[in-house]
Amino acid sequence: MSSTAQELDHLIGKEYKEGFVTDIEAETFDPGLDEDVIRRLSAIKQEPEWLLEWRLEAFRHWQTMVGPDWAKLDVPPIDYQALSYYSAPKSKKDGPKSLDEVDPKLLETYEKLGIPLEERAALAGVAVDAVFDSVSVATTFKDKLNEAGVIFCSFSEAVREHPELVRQYLGTVVPQGDNFFAALNSAVFSDGSFIYIPKGTRCPMELSTYFRINAANTGQFERTLIVADEGSYVSYLEGCTAPRRDENQLHAAVVELVALDNAQIKYSTVQNWYPGDENGKGGIYNFVTKRAECRGVNSKVSWTQVETGSAITWKYPSCVLKGDNSVGEFYSVALSTLKQQADTGTKMIHIGKNTSSTIISKGISAMRGSNAYRGLVKVTKGADNARNYTQCDSLLMGDRCAAHTFPYMEVANPTAQVEHEATTSKISDDQLFYCTSRGISEEDAVSMIVNGFCKEVIKELPMEFAVEAQKLLGVSLEGSVG
Amino acid sequence: MSATEHFAAQVRNAPRAGDVAWLNQTREQALASFEELGLPTTRNENWKYTAIKPIEKKAFQAVDGAVSAADIEPFLFEGLDADLMVFVNGAYAHGLSKIGADGVRIASLSAVLADDAASVESYLGKIADPRASGFSALNTAGLVDGAFVHAGRNQVAPRPLHLLFVSSGDDAFSQPRNLIVAGEGSAVSVIEHYVTLGEGSHFTNAVTEISVAANADVKHYKVQQESDKAFHIATMQAEQARDARLASYQVSLGGAIARNDINTRLVGEGAEATLNGLYLVDGRQHMDFHTNIEHVVPHCISRENFRGVLDGRGRGVFNGKVHVYEKAVKTDSEMSNKNLLLSKNAEIDTKPELEIYNDDVKCAHGATIGQLDEVHMFYLRSRGIDPTAARSLLVFAFANEVLQSLPLEAVRQSLEKTLIARLPKADHLDELVQ
Repeated sequence: MSSTAQELDHLIGKEYKEGFVTDIEAETFDPGLDEDVIRRLSAIKQEPEWLLEWRLEAFRHWQTMVGPDWAKLDVPPIDYQALSYYSAPKSKKDGPKSLDEVDPKLLETYEKLGIPLEERAALAGVAVDAVFDSVSVATTFKDKLNEAGVIFCSFSEAVREHPELVRQYLGTVVPQGDNFFAALNSAVFSDGSFIYIPKGTRCPMELSTYFRINAANTGQFERTLIVADEGSYVSYLEGCTAPRRDENQLHAAVVELVALDNAQIKYSTVQNWYPGDENGKGGIYNFVTKRAECRGVNSKVSWTQVETGSAITWKYPSCVLKGDNSVGEFYSVALSTLKQQADTGTKMIHIGKNTSSTIISKGISAMRGSNAYRGLVKVTKGADNARNYTQCDSLLMGDRCAAHTFPYMEVANPTAQVEHEATTSKISDDQLFYCTSRGISEEDAVSMIVNGFCKEVIKELPMEFAVEAQKLLGVSLEGSVG
Repeated sequence: MSATEHFAAQVRNAPRAGDVAWLNQTREQALASFEELGLPTTRNENWKYTAIKPIEKKAFQAVDGAVSAADIEPFLFEGLDADLMVFVNGAYAHGLSKIGADGVRIASLSAVLADDAASVESYLGKIADPRASGFSALNTAGLVDGAFVHAGRNQVAPRPLHLLFVSSGDDAFSQPRNLIVAGEGSAVSVIEHYVTLGEGSHFTNAVTEISVAANADVKHYKVQQESDKAFHIATMQAEQARDARLASYQVSLGGAIARNDINTRLVGEGAEATLNGLYLVDGRQHMDFHTNIEHVVPHCISRENFRGVLDGRGRGVFNGKVHVYEKAVKTDSEMSNKNLLLSKNAEIDTKPELEIYNDDVKCAHGATIGQLDEVHMFYLRSRGIDPTAARSLLVFAFANEVLQSLPLEAVRQSLEKTLIARLPKADHLDELVQ
């Protein structure tokens, strides 16, 4: 038995392939956080007065708050004054107008990460916004999107070009003081993506943002806002990587989604921040607030996430189902190996009538990883005929890992149907024996079983990313995965 | 005076049984803990859904009540041949009790503490953590009376023991403390039964500790039928040694606020725990069940089945936790919580939790919240049964699944009748009880 456990550990032991550092000249703020830093940040971004005020309001509120400690996580204290709140590659004053003007070193970085901005974009038909530390460096396929009327740009650009839209929706889903990390983000957010899909438009291609932390001692605080106007549809994907460093780095993002009448948003994440080493040294702290509001009737939001990176993950993509007949979905695979900790799940708040939600969560713990599912399904008094189905399964590999489930269900309406199911299992010797006796190597067998376990979630990803996610799980398990 | 100060003063001024160093120290420490912890608030995760404000508002205090044999007659289970201990407002009433001489050792805790405190020293306050909550600390600080049951090695109790806790109302404050010690290979059945004379308000804060030695078998029933103005807070904490079996059946029908913590620690291999429960919530009642099963060692089995029926403006809370330790391989655990929401104003908050620290386990849990099945309703209606009766029949069937698991027939039948009496147009259901 112990030999199997060791073999599993060996199989799971992974090499982080995106851990290099790009040597690029950058303009970085000195560590520290006070109102002046926020004013400077806002000035660099040429932000309007109201946004600066908004940031300062958030900052003042943040100073009165304390970090959350209720999660099943062991978070070392973070010195917020030791972080730098802005870092940007030095470039021409006005920023690149097209990809040709982008610093070749940056392009090379994305090349190395397997995201050649141009080619991949052309081949896959995916528009990419690349965010490097605190700024967006390039957005592809702008023309084609413009034709359709879709706005897809960096957040800073949106503030300059479409201030009325930003002002109308910013902070309406995740208010400034929502929680400790959201407040911090509201005060110091640097960049991120902004998407607006006009009425009755089906976004002609997948939109994608690639986040990269490069500079040391900086925190990344991006802010994403997606607004799907009546009858529109958009599918969005984000990916993330960071260099391998012995210090921990903080990533505190906020994502707000708004779906109006009959609109649909599909939001997928493949999160692969540097997870630290097997002793828990280094790695990214991923403290993210993601929330969607199904404001309109018949609107739908679907979250899909594959979480394989980060030393600590604290993340609960949620849906507020306000509109009648609105639908929320959450599909998640969270893998924690090495000494990773993840406390993740979702909240489904049923407010409108005839709303429904589905939660499928697959947690995999291996080595010394700890994985917690924490979810809330709330059916308010007026939410007639609400329907929820929740399934959260855990797969454990090894005798030093941990898996937890904390599903909250609060129901105040007698017409609600709420179901929750959870199982915990391991890869059984029988399953392995079945495969190996048919000539499949143990390594392949483990990969096969893990992929089978996650299949329900992976199939929700857009095709290109499903391949990437499967590969990621495969790399983590060091087996070849088909 | 704050509520904490009020209760601390109550405990300080109360008469004490037994004057031994270790006991005094236990009480002193618990009182200090209580003053430090205070009464729990909803900011405490374990009390998130249960606000105990109404308890703080009233000045509950010790009350002497006079209760006659005729008063308790209605609360005895028909056809149950059992030893009987009656407690009135928390104090043992010798005259009303009836204990056979041939059975296991049964005594009031006050008597044991006065004459023979050494026999409970290694158990009392050692199984249930007095610091688990402010209420546990308060109970331990004021530790004075309750039931003590001790079954020696291989002793099988000839009859079940019926513990009847009667409150006279009158804003009485009582703190029963029970200790059940089942020696190696022994078997006992204990029924904890809480009732109110009349419709008065009172506050019960009970703690029951159960030690189940190797191969022993304990069946524990708790029937809570206090008045709708009563406040009931209770903790049961058990510890099970090798191959020890514990079955706990909780039936909660009364109380304005009723909170039950039902916990067991499996510290010997092969131990088995069954926790079943039924709660019927109506009017403005609030019932909260917290269970915690700790799988500390390998090869233990736990089964849990809780069902709730929520009507009126009632609110139910269920929080089931299974904690599997790193070394507890081959753990086999199942938990189920099903709830029937019958009214627009009723609410249920449920959280089946798993905390698992090793990979060689089989753990499953499930929870559902729903209504009566329309197809079932249709089936009955199409056979000419009127809607109210059909509804009662289906609710009965749902709730009865838990009652069916009660091994003591007399208790089960009595509870089934109580259940039927609560349901409208359900008289004809009587014939189903057998």
